[in-house]
Amino acid sequence: MLAALVCTPLLFALAALAVPSERLRPWLLPACGLAHLALVVAALSGAAEPMAHGWLVLDQLGRPVLGFLSVLFLVCALYAPGYLAQRPGRKNRVFCACVLAALGTLTLLVVAHHLGLMWVALETTTLASAPLIYFNHNARSIEATWKYLLIGSVGIALALLGSFFLAYGALRSGLPSTLVFEDLVRYAPQISKPWLHASFVLLLVGFGTKMGLAPMHSWKPDAYGEAPGLVGTLLAGGLTSGAFVAILRFFHICNAAGDGEFARQLLIALGLLSMAVAGVFMVRQRDFKRMLAYSSVEHMGILVLGIGIGGEAVFGSLLHLVNNGLCKAVLFLSAGNIHRAFGSKRTEHVSGALRRVPGSAALFLAGFFAITGSPPFGPFMSELTIVRGAFGTGHYAVGAAFLFFLFVIFIGMGATVLGVVQGDPPEGAPETGIRDRFSTLAPIVLALGMVLLLGVYIPEPVDRLLRDAASFLEVQP
Amino acid sequence: MHTAVDPLLAVVLVSNFLLLGTSRLRAAINGSAAQGVLLGLLALAVHGHLTLETGFVAAGATFTKGVLIPWLLHRAMREVAIRREIEPLIGFMPSMLLGAVGTGLALVFARTLPLAPEHAGSLLVPASLATVLTGFILLCTRRKAITQVVGYLILENGIFIMGLCLLEAMPFLVEIGVLLDLFVGIFVLGIIINHINREFSSVDTTHLSALKEE
Repeated sequence: MLAALVCTPLLFALAALAVPSERLRPWLLPACGLAHLALVVAALSGAAEPMAHGWLVLDQLGRPVLGFLSVLFLVCALYAPGYLAQRPGRKNRVFCACVLAALGTLTLLVVAHHLGLMWVALETTTLASAPLIYFNHNARSIEATWKYLLIGSVGIALALLGSFFLAYGALRSGLPSTLVFEDLVRYAPQISKPWLHASFVLLLVGFGTKMGLAPMHSWKPDAYGEAPGLVGTLLAGGLTSGAFVAILRFFHICNAAGDGEFARQLLIALGLLSMAVAGVFMVRQRDFKRMLAYSSVEHMGILVLGIGIGGEAVFGSLLHLVNNGLCKAVLFLSAGNIHRAFGSKRTEHVSGALRRVPGSAALFLAGFFAITGSPPFGPFMSELTIVRGAFGTGHYAVGAAFLFFLFVIFIGMGATVLGVVQGDPPEGAPETGIRDRFSTLAPIVLALGMVLLLGVYIPEPVDRLLRDAASFLEVQP
Repeated sequence: MHTAVDPLLAVVLVSNFLLLGTSRLRAAINGSAAQGVLLGLLALAVHGHLTLETGFVAAGATFTKGVLIPWLLHRAMREVAIRREIEPLIGFMPSMLLGAVGTGLALVFARTLPLAPEHAGSLLVPASLATVLTGFILLCTRRKAITQVVGYLILENGIFIMGLCLLEAMPFLVEIGVLLDLFVGIFVLGIIINHINREFSSVDTTHLSALKEE
């Protein structure tokens, strides 16, 4: 079962390389998305047996994340054929294959229960996503890809060093040599403390780089700014969530070792710093895709902050993982449509989007209200849960700072977004001839519908999956 | 634990300083190649006796880090026709000093980490940290894409030294994965260097500065 989950997208990727038709190839993406979702639903409802000596396990943490990733991918996959049809000059063979391969390696990342295997999965996801950022083949996308690869590879290298430290800490204490997470959690209290602490710091910096937490976020605005909106969604919702899962796995080990407090303080500090940095750069941001990148930095900060606060906020944070990913799909895909319609992503060249592409502009606006935590959308519920958790656990200053940053970001982001959607298209704005079409709007509406649903009522199976994951993480020694 | 380990590590530390101090790209690439060969020898020396697994790791490290990647880098250097690193963000002398401070700190920090009896008193952990730091300095302060790739290689070398402590405990797969991914990573970076060359007719990453906040 688990092997099928990982291999299906990889086989589709091979198929994408083999299919000769530029027009038919993009339809492999929705086909793979549906197949993957069907397999995930089967795995979540039945029992997916652990595989390969416990190296592949779908555990309580992996279950909601895998479900979320599959849904997010399906939204992107449904959008892809319509988008690629608007870019007839671009060959999409490598693009389609890499998108599919990234889904396969992300799935592996979530179900991998072996330190080394998980690391390899993250590394291959990074490599698979590099050609996606380079899709536009111009000087700016080269620069973005170079920064993405260089910074990302350093982060991955530091994560490997952290993994070595953790393994050595276990070895030093005379524990049986194992890198399977179940064993590491079981033996966690005996792992040598100095090594455990050093390894957690390195792993947090390493995987935090992939997640795009400040101050290791510098690749993000460039990569998200230059990549197509579809790729931005996959990175901001998929890859970063995968890196977050990796951090959670090590947080879980720290927690089981009785060092949860040490880890929590680091997570709170990085979370607040990320929100602060995002707030500073989001105010007066003139490139609306870069603005979305800083929004991603902010929300990654919120995710780790929620885990750092603990208690109820852990559930809030996991719920926010889902909400943020779906909101990012709405924002990046609609921003991509606006970008195509105006041929620019700078606010001085783009205004009056409501007149030129009313559907996309309305969705972009709704996505803005959703991501900044306005009711009745999902992020409002998850952020409220995190605030309640903060005040409930006595983190008053943290809770107050959290609310303050949310406010600043709402104002900063609002100015840019309203500038884009309101008014009239600027004089002499080049006419690209690209308008809203059903194929590029319907997937966004689907994502927005789910965000709205999660804000009004969380379906019982989703709620149960998230609560199981939260209680799984909160295990004390 | 073999007696040759510490002398070999000392040579690695010296090579770090040579890398920090040189302005010539050829010397930097050769330095990283020499380090690759040293790491292969180290993998043998740490265990003292030759088993199939250590032999494989040693041969793999020597070939990839000592031969294959330096060859690719030399080729890339010839294609872009650049010989020297010009105006690094931090000069060559200051970066050597920084490296010295870093090595000292690595020695101090490594003492706070308790070692297993078979590694007690060895330089493995401090040398690993110092090499990682050296790679980091090269990566952050040099402007040429090729030197940055060399910096990344040195960083990986430092991690490899730490991995030597775990050679017996770590499953084989991880070691292979490290080398494979390293190769792939450099390969991809190499392709990009070619593209940068075509677009900017130089491999100076300072040209990569169109994307920033105003």
